Amino acid sequence: MTRRALALAILLLPAPGSLLLSQDTTAGKTVYVKWCAGCHGDQGAGDGFAAKHMIPPPRDFTGAIYQIRSTASGNLPTDADLMRSLDEGLHGTAMPGWRNALSERERRDVLAYLKTFSTFFADTTLRPQALEFGGEPSGGTGDEALKVGRQFYDSIGCRKCHGDLGRGDGPSSPTLKDDAGHPIFAADLHQNWVFNGGGSAVDIYHRLRTGLDGTPMPSFSDLLEQKFLTETELWRVAQYVRSLSPENPPVVRDVIRAPLIERALPRAPDDSAWTSVDAYWFPLVGQVVRKTRWFAPAVTGVWVKAVHTTDSLALQVTWDDRSESPDTAWLDHVGRVFAALEQDEGATDPPALWPDQIAVQFPVTIPTGMERPYFLMGSSSAPVYQWRWTSTARTTAVAGLARGLERFDPVSNGGVGAQAVYDHGQWRVVFTRALASPDTATQLPFRTGRAIPVALFAWDGSNGEHGTRMAVSTWYFLALDEPVPASVFISPVIAMALTLGLGLLVVWRAQQKTSFRRQQ
Amino acid sequence: MTGRIFSVVGGMFLLTVCSKGDNSQVQAAPPAAEPAPASATAPPTAGGTISGKIKFTGTAPRNPAIDMSEEATCKAKYPTTPTEENVVAGPANALANVFVYVSAGVPAGQTFTAPTTPVVLDQNGCRYHPHVFGVMVGQPVEIRNSDAVLHNIKAVAKKNRPFNVSQPSAGMKTTRTFTAPEVMVNLQCNVHGWMHAWVGVRPDPFYAVSGPDGSFSITGLPPGTYTIEAWHEKFGTQTATVTIAGTESKTANLTFAAH
Repeated sequence: MTRRALALAILLLPAPGSLLLSQDTTAGKTVYVKWCAGCHGDQGAGDGFAAKHMIPPPRDFTGAIYQIRSTASGNLPTDADLMRSLDEGLHGTAMPGWRNALSERERRDVLAYLKTFSTFFADTTLRPQALEFGGEPSGGTGDEALKVGRQFYDSIGCRKCHGDLGRGDGPSSPTLKDDAGHPIFAADLHQNWVFNGGGSAVDIYHRLRTGLDGTPMPSFSDLLEQKFLTETELWRVAQYVRSLSPENPPVVRDVIRAPLIERALPRAPDDSAWTSVDAYWFPLVGQVVRKTRWFAPAVTGVWVKAVHTTDSLALQVTWDDRSESPDTAWLDHVGRVFAALEQDEGATDPPALWPDQIAVQFPVTIPTGMERPYFLMGSSSAPVYQWRWTSTARTTAVAGLARGLERFDPVSNGGVGAQAVYDHGQWRVVFTRALASPDTATQLPFRTGRAIPVALFAWDGSNGEHGTRMAVSTWYFLALDEPVPASVFISPVIAMALTLGLGLLVVWRAQQKTSFRRQQ
Repeated sequence: MTGRIFSVVGGMFLLTVCSKGDNSQVQAAPPAAEPAPASATAPPTAGGTISGKIKFTGTAPRNPAIDMSEEATCKAKYPTTPTEENVVAGPANALANVFVYVSAGVPAGQTFTAPTTPVVLDQNGCRYHPHVFGVMVGQPVEIRNSDAVLHNIKAVAKKNRPFNVSQPSAGMKTTRTFTAPEVMVNLQCNVHGWMHAWVGVRPDPFYAVSGPDGSFSITGLPPGTYTIEAWHEKFGTQTATVTIAGTESKTANLTFAAH
């Protein structure tokens, strides 16, 4: 009896690495239809109604090809692999994490159901097995380790797609496609917070070993077997790649602080004065409010720095962009982007060469109350003041009034200067203007000590972006530090001198009294 | 233009013949010096034969030139600008690189043992050699890198599991097998977007790839009525029905339309 109970207990225990015994595909279908089918499609082919608004597209479950696995290239993922993507979502894509939205039971059931879309999971000869990864070697952030990592980053050819400095701008990057022919970007290795398999050195090492099946990213496991490099050296590559991103994902702060500087205004993007200025991160999203909408912006955020002198303001905008547009090498990519996305009716313009663009937006006057102009380039009755820069006219910026998305009227005496540098997958643009307004009716004067609303827009021409197809931000604020009045520095000195003087007086008087008594 | 293609392809063929059985020489040879795919599968000796010529009508599209300026070591292997091999035409509109196989007629349940000799796919001069080949289910495919540059080899398949592995230096080898019949599996290199090879995976040895003169030969067929299908990467497929009695040889010429 005891033995039978034990046997039964063993039978009921899930097999290692498998969650199968506790999965119910019928219940899973209910969850799937409600939460997943909108993107992944009723039959799991990745063709739900929302799919044509996404790059990368939703997973097609029928092929059972998964990017994020612990298994060798070409192998099926383990249940634990699938559960991780389901729980945590896939950063940098439209796939959210479901850990807090669905119960564990529901997640297990839906996992079992999505496996039924492919016959590969039923094939018992293909049981997935996680690779032996070993532990991360220590010292991975040291100079020597990073040097080794960099050396192998070059020798195993990472730069071909990811570029010399890792911004996804390698020579092959314009030609990259996934298995279905959809356009795909080589990851910008400076933004580990959007790596779809996670941004830690461990995650990166696992992706190097397994590859990202269905994408151009291959597995590098064979190199270990063939003694081309050691496990430690491949770990160093992962640690080097990790070192390219900041320690923590950027935190969005509402107010850009522009300090007052005592030296000349840094008009050049690479002026050394910029190195000591705080950078502020502004996430951008696709413009999906007005037609033609844009669901696949290439620029997902910009870094902004600002400084001012007593009479002028300089604003540096830096963003990663894989292409110095216009660039004919990217034309086919634009075609693939347009083909992958459902275009709004009437928006059938063929792929063309467009420039990269950036726009900085302010209100025409500082609003007195809480209400600011419409963030999306104002309206006909309430225009906004903008600076516009394009990569085809790099050393000029056009100031003007935007009255909604369709209308921009340049002003004749804008007085906005611009300088730009494109370097290894990154634009750095500096805008400059006098604090005083050339014309207060149309152009905002910049005054210290107050919150000035500011918003940003970006276009990657080589991703098909132009007109209303762009990336947008909401309103943030710019604050110019007030010059500190001289009294702030002088008062403590006077106070100190007075205190010292009084003290000395007291001591002197005391000494006088003492000597008088002695004489008596 | 056609003449040049022919001479290149002809040279390829000669080199193939010369290098048979001596793989050490093959690696040092210039581009396109690899065993022909058909030779990798030992053809059955007894039985009937279906042979013929593949042609096309119309004008062959121009093969795009390949810009190899990013890869000096590959570029140096060509005296003139290399082109893609989408349509390799011989004299009199002969069509090479057509995968011809028996798509129906082999009795169900009949099994064939896959050869253990691998089919070799070489990456040389940033192109695949051969460009089109056949392999049996379970037969190893040995993928070699004769270029001192990074290649990744990605198999895009539906009935087989895909794979995507890297070979960053010359002399590397990777062996893979396919588990299910599939016509065709696409092999591609994403570092070099122009690099494509096509592999037909079959459960039997009844397949061939047309040579530079468009000819092909499928041997060892038992008596029966067969459907043969010819596949070309740009021109699609053509089929023919052939009945074999005894050990006779039958001719089946197939013609594609260039479009």
